[in-house]
Amino acid sequence: MAVPGARGVRSSGRRAKLAVWKFTSCDGCQLTLLNCEDELLTLADRVQVAYFLEASRARVRGPYDLSLVEGSITTPEEAQRIRDVRRASRYLVTIGACATAGGIQALRNFADVGEFLSVVYARPEYIKTLERSTPIADHVPVDFELRGCPVDRRQLLEVLSAFLAGRKPQIATHSVCMECKRRGLVCVLVAGGTACLGPVTQAGCGALCPGVGRGCYGCFGPAESPNTRSLARRWQELGQSRAEVMRAFRTFNAAAPAFQEEGERHASG
Amino acid sequence: MRPGRTRTIKVDALARVEGEGALRVRVRAGRVEEVQLRIYEPPRFFEALLKGRDFREAVDITARICGICPWAYQMSAAQAMEDACGVEVPAPLRALRRLVYCGEWIESHALHVYLLHAPDFLGYDSAVDMARDHPEAVQRGLELKKVGNEVMSRVAGRSVHPVNARVGGFYRVPGREELQALAEPLRRARDLAVETVRWVSTFPFPDLEQQVPYVALRHPTEYPILEGKIASTDGLEVEIRDYDRHFVEVQVPHSNALHSLTCDGRPYAVGPLARFNLNFPRLPPALRALAREVGTVPPCRNPFRSIVVRSLEMVYACEEALRLVETWEPPAEPAVPVVPREATGYGCTEAPRGILYHRYRIGADGIIQEARIVPPTSQNQRPLEEDLRAFVQGHLDLPREELTWRCEQVVRNYDPCISCATHFLRLEVDEA
Repeated sequence: MAVPGARGVRSSGRRAKLAVWKFTSCDGCQLTLLNCEDELLTLADRVQVAYFLEASRARVRGPYDLSLVEGSITTPEEAQRIRDVRRASRYLVTIGACATAGGIQALRNFADVGEFLSVVYARPEYIKTLERSTPIADHVPVDFELRGCPVDRRQLLEVLSAFLAGRKPQIATHSVCMECKRRGLVCVLVAGGTACLGPVTQAGCGALCPGVGRGCYGCFGPAESPNTRSLARRWQELGQSRAEVMRAFRTFNAAAPAFQEEGERHASG
Repeated sequence: MRPGRTRTIKVDALARVEGEGALRVRVRAGRVEEVQLRIYEPPRFFEALLKGRDFREAVDITARICGICPWAYQMSAAQAMEDACGVEVPAPLRALRRLVYCGEWIESHALHVYLLHAPDFLGYDSAVDMARDHPEAVQRGLELKKVGNEVMSRVAGRSVHPVNARVGGFYRVPGREELQALAEPLRRARDLAVETVRWVSTFPFPDLEQQVPYVALRHPTEYPILEGKIASTDGLEVEIRDYDRHFVEVQVPHSNALHSLTCDGRPYAVGPLARFNLNFPRLPPALRALAREVGTVPPCRNPFRSIVVRSLEMVYACEEALRLVETWEPPAEPAVPVVPREATGYGCTEAPRGILYHRYRIGADGIIQEARIVPPTSQNQRPLEEDLRAFVQGHLDLPREELTWRCEQVVRNYDPCISCATHFLRLEVDEA
């Protein structure tokens, strides 16, 4: 990971230029930036919002000091556009599960080609799409990847502050279990026997799902060194079928390597 | 403009809308020849990827169609599954769902009114630019939006892709005290929303009269959010399960989203104007009085005035949320049990942008065999193109730049959610 130098992303004497780009996605991660209601106007004072189509008609030409990228690559046009964005950006940070792992639309990556072709679209020739949905880092170098479906507001502000200040973002890579313990929640897996992906999922959400008494469904993607095999075995002991285990690993981060591998292990038979 | 000359108004990437779209209007010899709202947002094939999933998973998967109105997707999906399984959710859980939905209306409407739409009326590129001259207004909008998000987070965990929705109810219901904490912010938000109504009513509204019928849910006693029959200003009133008998979708070459039409091939519009025109008597008397005071009453057919109607709906959502918070009595169980059976289920709720229809066929094993989703924006594409046609035809004398901006505003009148509109495309592979 590249981190900004001592001056942060700004060149001397002017405000940093921020750009926000959308690829294949639901807009939720960009919206998380607009959901920083208390910080938005301060942020707009400190940086020049040079390109952010969801929020402004104004388009300032690059180069940009910091680009936030939402969404995955699913069309030939997007595969080209992300290269242009990279070229115009000093730092490029991907935000959310689509941009970091291909998103829910990466479920197409596992579809059987025969089945693909059997679902016939009325006039497919009008539409251009790729066979696979891929994360941004498969196409261009990425300076930092922020996880989540959607990203967490506080983590997003931390990443922005870090890049503006020229330091490394403080984003934990441990599992959701740590957040659960910190919140003093009773373990839904051990005590409740509920299938939970918390032990293999990266923290960041604040243990939202265990907080409402349900198992984590993995929307922040794999934690550092996840033992997915052991967790899958525990799930099966709890009565989950192979298909259920497979589906659990195949949601919003289905194409993240650790989840993809565990999903595949339960796909056959 | 000289007679015979061709003139094209083009916006390659529409700003301040959710998702990716472009528009093109071609004028020849003083007549509008062609209007296209081109949606190039890539399809994500939700209907295809739902096939083979468990019926309980649709709630969290379809939320990802839209980051701005995930609760609408979760509720249409949950209700469709409950319909398929023959389950009725008890009144208190229904009230809690309505509360979160009010939060989503406040959050989504505040976003659109203040950050996306108002800058058009006052001549700014963005709300950030607008904040330099109108700081109190933008602060008011952000505060309103924050309260909407708080309602959602407190009950449902977070506002983008909430985690507490479930077929049969919720995973956890809040206690009385927990919800009471929302009362004060909601009272303040209601006052801000009333100020919003008065503020936006002073905007200049260009003349434009929509001809299409409006379609919305209609409920015997409530302003419709979660329930009702599908009604139109043409006199239609049918059950949700009959949606497919009255409305169809067609594909057009210039858009990645299907266009919805009535079965006899006519366009119709959904959203705040439709709800307002069909349900005005269901608004509380004080709110109806406010609507009259600011001169926006049914039939309201000027789409530029949708900003006033959205603001009135924000007042409604704040008051309704406050009522639900104050009368909240948590039930003993957060959900009712749901056992799958082989059936087709139907769900339709009022997303901030209009009716959102889901239909699922599931097996006795609970696996989804077929899914169909019709979001509001696909239903609004055709009337939107008709508005553009009528508006450009009536304003050919405007300077090019101004006409282009006004066309963008015509699009933004609908608060189009292009991310939503694209996702029900089936499947197609381009060998890359």
